[in-house]
Amino acid sequence: MWEYTDKVRDHFFNPRNVGEIENADGVGEVGSLACGDALKLTFKLDKDGRIEDAKFKTFGCASAIATSSVLTELIKGKTLEEAMQVTNKDIADVLGGLPEQKMHCSVMGREALEAAVENYRGGSAEKHELEGHVVCTCFGVTETEIERVVRENDLTTVEQVTNYCKAGGGCGGCHGEIEKLIARIQGEKVKAAIPPTPRTGKKLTNIQKMQLVQQTINEQVRPALRAHGGNIELIDIEGDKVTVAFRGMCAQCHLAEFTMKDVVETKLREFVSDDIYVEEDKDSVEEGHVHKG
Amino acid sequence: MKVIYFDNNATTKVADEVFEAMRPYLCDLYGNPSSMHTFGGQVGVKIREAREQVANLLGCHPGEIVFTSCGTESDSAAIHGTLAAVPHKRKVITTRVEHPAVLTVCRDLENRGYEVIELGVDKQGRLDLDELEADLDDDTALVSIMSANNETGTVFPTERIAQMVTDRGIPFHTDAVQIVGKVPLKLSDSPINLLSLSGHKLHAPKGVGVLYIKKGTRLAPFLLGGHQESGRRAGTENVAGIVAIGKACELAADGMEDENTRVKALRDKLEAGILKSCPDSSINGDPDHRLPNTTNISFEYIEGEAILLMLDQFGICASSGSACTSGSLEPSHVLRAMGVPFTAAHGSIRYSLSRYNTEEEVDFTIEKMPQIIERLRALSPFVGQASA
Repeated sequence: MWEYTDKVRDHFFNPRNVGEIENADGVGEVGSLACGDALKLTFKLDKDGRIEDAKFKTFGCASAIATSSVLTELIKGKTLEEAMQVTNKDIADVLGGLPEQKMHCSVMGREALEAAVENYRGGSAEKHELEGHVVCTCFGVTETEIERVVRENDLTTVEQVTNYCKAGGGCGGCHGEIEKLIARIQGEKVKAAIPPTPRTGKKLTNIQKMQLVQQTINEQVRPALRAHGGNIELIDIEGDKVTVAFRGMCAQCHLAEFTMKDVVETKLREFVSDDIYVEEDKDSVEEGHVHKG
Repeated sequence: MKVIYFDNNATTKVADEVFEAMRPYLCDLYGNPSSMHTFGGQVGVKIREAREQVANLLGCHPGEIVFTSCGTESDSAAIHGTLAAVPHKRKVITTRVEHPAVLTVCRDLENRGYEVIELGVDKQGRLDLDELEADLDDDTALVSIMSANNETGTVFPTERIAQMVTDRGIPFHTDAVQIVGKVPLKLSDSPINLLSLSGHKLHAPKGVGVLYIKKGTRLAPFLLGGHQESGRRAGTENVAGIVAIGKACELAADGMEDENTRVKALRDKLEAGILKSCPDSSINGDPDHRLPNTTNISFEYIEGEAILLMLDQFGICASSGSACTSGSLEPSHVLRAMGVPFTAAHGSIRYSLSRYNTEEEVDFTIEKMPQIIERLRALSPFVGQASA
């Protein structure tokens, strides 16, 4: 069972400001049924441009409902500029903290607010437009959003990023890209935080290299693919060339050429050797894959 | 507040009779059954008795019963032990809806060069036996398919599957943790080679399980270091646990009738009552082949964890296949394998009953469900949209 604070329980069992404001000045919708949580925020401004009323409707777990409730309380009486200063951390702090895996709920609150303000300022009336490059296609998370949670919450690992904004929680194909993003944003700090990789710097024997390639695929690559109904098969290793085949969902994925191969290559270079390059098995590409079930 | 426990597929209450039976072995009778003195020896007699009680429930010979520490250990032992006995075969067949105790082990085998086939299921959670038949070949080392699903209660045609598999000379293992005590078994007449069961699912305490090993089944021992369990599972016996699971099996054999009449009637009443009073709800699983104690219901537009917390307010214990309850971001692998839409999977609730549940508890729950569902739907942004 999750350990929720009394504050979270209070806002879940007695949510404030539930509903939808008619003729609202701003409407923000984020999330979806498929994602497991969604939030619709509406607000009305008074004549001084302050948020006079804010209401929410939320589909999701206790923490999603509690964060939405707190969000409406936090922004009431604020100007839009002031409201936009509210971070996901502020929301979590009011609640006395959230379980790490639930932090994405607080981020959803902040995103809904942004969407609603954008809507007021003349943006789209419907769903929050995805701005910038989409990193996680499973949950539709952009580089901008990831960068923001990393900066605001001082995140240093992919797992944390997944907890805070869901990115990387599906097929895992974007883990490499998220790692690069974290490294770019956090710079030196992250280098110290990441445990040393198994690379020793010494030249590997052929047997060592093969074992390390196998181990890296087993531990670093396959779990992520499996999570999304896919799989990878190691076909052969000749010198620095590693031949693999993608199975299941990954074989049908149009992005395979760009993401999967890159992820595998990035991992193998990190854990085995910089000279490694990955090729997809031609036969398996041509024959396609009949997915069972 | 009174606890209404509808989460018996997760774990069960230790029966009073079971507790009384095991108590002396936690207090005065602490001897080691392997010792040469009478003080220890009397404990050995009790273990033999327990082995007979378990064999009686399973319809097999006591010599085919090996005590383990839990269902998960039994599963691991069956899979690894079989593969070690046929090292030249490299294929394992299982299903996408197995308990992690089997599925995770099989996926790990894949990392070690095994070919693992995971059979899919249809919308009601049923297997395609033709698909299984087509996958059986001379390279197949083991087929492991559960008897009944823990999440939906869907019961597989285990006898037919076992026959198909063993006709090809391939060993068959089944995780029967959910079905033992609910459906009668006669393993001496069955081709099943290996069967796992767990004490705490049938009113014994946690920490004791059983692996049934049909006579003549080749299985490498899984814990080395002692002669216990005929050398198949070393380690000083968990005497109190073994006595407990023996007693629990005896009670289960006596209560089988009750399970399939009274408990089933309570489940049916609960299910019908909820479906009737809560709009946009539906059953997950195969209604025709299902455990008598389990129902899995999806509530559209709302999320399972929120429902569970609301139920918790009334002392009602259930579980959910929602993503949020597990900490992962995706809902139950069983419901996803069945193709249950994400929308319904996120709002799925499992109620699993036992002989300790009463009609009052069922009525109370039927009364509370609609207000919980309504309260959460009032918060949901999808309700208006759907009806519009």
